[in-house]
Amino acid sequence: MGINRLLPAAALAGLLLPVIAGADDLNSGDTAWMLTATALVLFMTLPGLALFYAGLVRAKNVLSVLMQCFSIAAAGSLLWVIVGYSLALTPGATGWFGGFDQVMLKSLTIDSVSGTMPETVFVMFQMTFAIITPALIIGGFAERMRFSAMMIFSMAWLLLVYAPVCYWVWGGGWLAEMGFRDFAGGAVVHINAGVAAIVAAMVLGNRRGFPTTPMPPHNLPMTVTGAGMLWVGWFGFNAGSALAADGAAGMAMLVTHLGAAGGCLAWMAMEWIRFGKPSVLGIVTGMVAGLGTITPASGFVGPAGAIVIGLTAGVVCFWATMFIKRKLEIDDSLDVMPVHGVGGILGLIMLAFLSDSLGGLGLDEGVTASQQLMVQLCGIGATILWCGAITFVLLKVIDLIVGLRVNEEQETEGLDIVMHEERGYNL
Amino acid sequence: MKLVTAIIKPFRLDDVRNALSEVGVSGMTVTEVKGFGRQRGHTELYRGAEYVVDFLPKSKIEIAVSDDMVEQAVEAITNAARTGKVGDGKIFVTPVEQVLRIRTGEAGDNAL
Repeated sequence: MGINRLLPAAALAGLLLPVIAGADDLNSGDTAWMLTATALVLFMTLPGLALFYAGLVRAKNVLSVLMQCFSIAAAGSLLWVIVGYSLALTPGATGWFGGFDQVMLKSLTIDSVSGTMPETVFVMFQMTFAIITPALIIGGFAERMRFSAMMIFSMAWLLLVYAPVCYWVWGGGWLAEMGFRDFAGGAVVHINAGVAAIVAAMVLGNRRGFPTTPMPPHNLPMTVTGAGMLWVGWFGFNAGSALAADGAAGMAMLVTHLGAAGGCLAWMAMEWIRFGKPSVLGIVTGMVAGLGTITPASGFVGPAGAIVIGLTAGVVCFWATMFIKRKLEIDDSLDVMPVHGVGGILGLIMLAFLSDSLGGLGLDEGVTASQQLMVQLCGIGATILWCGAITFVLLKVIDLIVGLRVNEEQETEGLDIVMHEERGYNL
Repeated sequence: MKLVTAIIKPFRLDDVRNALSEVGVSGMTVTEVKGFGRQRGHTELYRGAEYVVDFLPKSKIEIAVSDDMVEQAVEAITNAARTGKVGDGKIFVTPVEQVLRIRTGEAGDNAL
C-alpha cells in the first residue's frame, strides 16, 4: 500500500499498471475523494505555498515568489500532460525511466481507469505533486534568480529529476521493486526539493549581504496564512495517497495531523529553550517539518508513531536549520533543505521502525525493520545522488545559456521591479 | 522665541500632548522617528538568523514657544514623558529667529 501508487490496497501484487477496465471497477466514493484530494493538493501550491514563501522574502521580492509559483503551476501542468505523466507513471523499458505510451495522454479516454478511479483523476492528482515539488525548490534560490533561468530550470528539472524518481518509487521502477516505502513523497517530493534547493543555493551563491545583513520576512501574517492552507491541503496530499476513500486514507489523515501538531510543539519548545522566546515563524516552520516528515510514513505508522515522528521532526529540523544557516553559512534562503529534505530523510528512516511498532500497520511479510531500513537508505541515497548531480549539471548549463543570477544592482533593486516591472505594495 | 524639540517614547505621546495643552501650548508638530541613544536596540530572530535592530521607534515633538513659556513647556514634557528607565528621550531647546503665520502675516510672539 503506497509502495506503488498504481496499486490500490486491494489490488494483487504484480499488477503494476493502470488497466483499461470496465466501468464496474470504478468506485464513486474513491473517485469523489480523489477529486477532492486533487483540489486540496493544488490548493497547497496556489495559494498556500505561494503565500507561505511570499511572506518570508523582503517586500521588494514578494511578487517574484508569487510569480514563480504561478508560472511553475501553469507550465508544469502542460508539461505533465505532454510527457511528464508518461515518463513518471507508465511502464518503461527499464526500471529507471517510464515509457512514452501516454505522451500527450494519447491513450487516455473518458473510460480509462486507474485502480478504482478514472485515469483522468489519477493524472490530475499526480500532476499536483509534480507542481508543488519544483515550487518548493524556489525557496532555495529566492530573491536572486533570473525569471527565465528559473522557468527553464524548473521544467527541465521536472522531466530529468522528478519524473524518473517518481517512476522509481511510484511508477513500478527499481525502488518499488526493492520494496522501498514512500507513501506520499518523502523522497519523490521532499528530498528531491530539499536537495535541489541547497544545490541551487550553492551554485547561485548566497544573497548579497548574507549572513550579515538583516533579511527579515516582510509579512509574517501572510506566511502564517499560507501555512494554515498547507496544513489543510496536506490532508489531500497524504490521505489522497491512499488512492481510495477507505481506512488507510482515514489513518493517513489522522497521522498527518498528529505529525503537524508534534512538529509545531517541538520546534516551539526548541526555540523557547534555545532563544528564550517561542516565535510564530518557529511554530509554522515546525508544522511544515512535521508534515514533511510524516509524509513518507503516513500510510504505515499509527497515531503514537506519528506523534513520535512529529516531535522528532521539530527537533531535528530545527538543528538542521541552525547548522546549515549558522555553521555552513549556505543561503538556502527559505530553508528548503533543512525542513523538507531533512524531514523527508528522517521520515523515510523512522517508518522502517515505526511501521511495526507503536500501532504501526506492519511491514511486508518476512521483512524485518533493519532489512526495511537498508532498502530505505538505498532509496534515500539514490534520490540524493541523482537529484544532486542532475540539478548541479542543469544549473551549470543554464548559467552558460541564459545566466542564472541577476546582477548586484538588480538584486539590490529587487526582482519585482527588475523582472516584472511591478511593485507588491504601492502604499 | 524658542523651538523645543523633544524625542520621547511613543506611548507617552498622549500624556505629553495633554500636559502641554494644560500649560497653554496651543500647537505642535509630531513626527514618527527612529534612532538610538543609551537605550540599546533589540535582537530579532528568524529561524535562527539573528538580527540586531539598532534603531528604535520614537516620537519627535516640535513646539515653538515664547521665551517666558520655555521653562513650563520643558517641565511639562519632562514630567509627562518620564518613566525613569533608559530611553525616555531628550529635549533640545534652540533659539528661533522669526515666526510667521502664513494666513495673516503676523510675526513674532503674535504668530505663536
